[in-house]
Amino acid sequence: MAKQNIHHPKNNPKNIRQDRRELKVSAIENGTVIDHIPPLSVFQVIRILNLDNITNQIMIGTNLDSQKLGKKGIIKVSNKYFESEEINKIALVAPTATLIVIKDYTVVYKAKVEIPDKIKKIVKCINPNCITNHENIPTNFSVIDKEDLRLLCHYCEKVTKKEVINFI
Amino acid sequence: MKNKSLVSIHDITKEDYEKVLHLAEQFEANPRRKILEDAVVATLFFEPSTRTRLSFESAASHLGAKVIGFSDAATSSVKKGETLKDTILTVSNYSDIIIMRHPKEGSARYASEVSPVPIINAGDGANQHPTQCLLDLYSIRKTQKTLDNLHIAFVGDLKYGRTVHSLVIALTNYNTTFHLVSPLELKLPSSIKMHIKEKNLEYYQYTELDEVIPKVDILYMTRIQQERFADSLDYERVKNAYILKNKMLENGKKNLKVMHPLPRINEITEDVDNNPKAYYFTQAKNGVFVRQALLAIILGVDNKI
Repeated sequence: MAKQNIHHPKNNPKNIRQDRRELKVSAIENGTVIDHIPPLSVFQVIRILNLDNITNQIMIGTNLDSQKLGKKGIIKVSNKYFESEEINKIALVAPTATLIVIKDYTVVYKAKVEIPDKIKKIVKCINPNCITNHENIPTNFSVIDKEDLRLLCHYCEKVTKKEVINFI
Repeated sequence: MKNKSLVSIHDITKEDYEKVLHLAEQFEANPRRKILEDAVVATLFFEPSTRTRLSFESAASHLGAKVIGFSDAATSSVKKGETLKDTILTVSNYSDIIIMRHPKEGSARYASEVSPVPIINAGDGANQHPTQCLLDLYSIRKTQKTLDNLHIAFVGDLKYGRTVHSLVIALTNYNTTFHLVSPLELKLPSSIKMHIKEKNLEYYQYTELDEVIPKVDILYMTRIQQERFADSLDYERVKNAYILKNKMLENGKKNLKVMHPLPRINEITEDVDNNPKAYYFTQAKNGVFVRQALLAIILGVDNKI
């Protein structure tokens, strides 16, 4: 993707005020922006990414106006970049979310988060008799329905549905 | 299948079934073939299942293998809190193959991932029991001379019965017409019916047993377990609805055979036992030949037959 110089004050001083008004939440120099989060999922995303236990600067906005979603949430974490496995977790609760990686005020990566084909470690199997709920075994699911989010356990072969997903 | 674990019926293909059934026929003709005299077979039964364990041990003995293991987790170090992984890694040092039964679903899959020797799943909770499925296929083929184009009825608990689920999935390879007889609360799950639909096969659902008997080649009976019902009144209502009595078989086809994974409780009355259509004890006997075939194939000695 071509680099977009959207927030650099030196390059674009006249637009700073407008950008900030549009974004409602200040630009960051380096770090990760998670945009287009459904407002109801913002705090879930914070919990899943364990953001309540880190010391980085974090800006959180929610119920902001969005052309795409009506209302949206946004989270900006300074000086932190996420592994793809962590980002997969977001896709489960906020499938509309966009991941933006910022370096020196510049967008270096931007993509919609995607529900992966396999989900490892992060979701608990719904079946109380599944071996993963009794021994120290990382869970492992195949996503058999991305629309309606249905996860097939690699071990017990039971399906965990969207409504009952629990994160480890 | 050589050197591979057998965990789930989903792991093997129609060609694999045929290979196992073909070899099982040869073991039936002559069961005592000492082709595994150097092998050690471990049977780890984390929950008791005397019938299945003895069938495997008989199969291993016929092949000349030594059998080690335990028949109940209470007498093993599992009781001291050893993890499944540690048990499997330890026993794999002492054996060439591990046959395991475990009360937790997914345990056999996990064991197959940590074990350096192949695992045969002899039942993981309510999930899979692939050797039962293969011996059922063997029994059907033996009695009907084919697996293709048969009408097969499944009766009783079709919702929770793992035997039924695996066998239905396996039979979808053979253009089977399915007749499903159960109380409304124990109908075959839609996920299993999906497998039937995907192959464009037909299934019919019934709540009465009588009407299905004249239509089918195989009548596969299962036990309805009380613990499946939240309300004991519901259980009382259905528990006697699917009892097969000898008189009911009068209308059956000539080639009809009655199968049951055993143990039976009261769902087949004893007067059926002497009817030539009763096949459930021979079905259990067939299990030994099928398990011999599996041990020989997985341990790579089937070419010695």
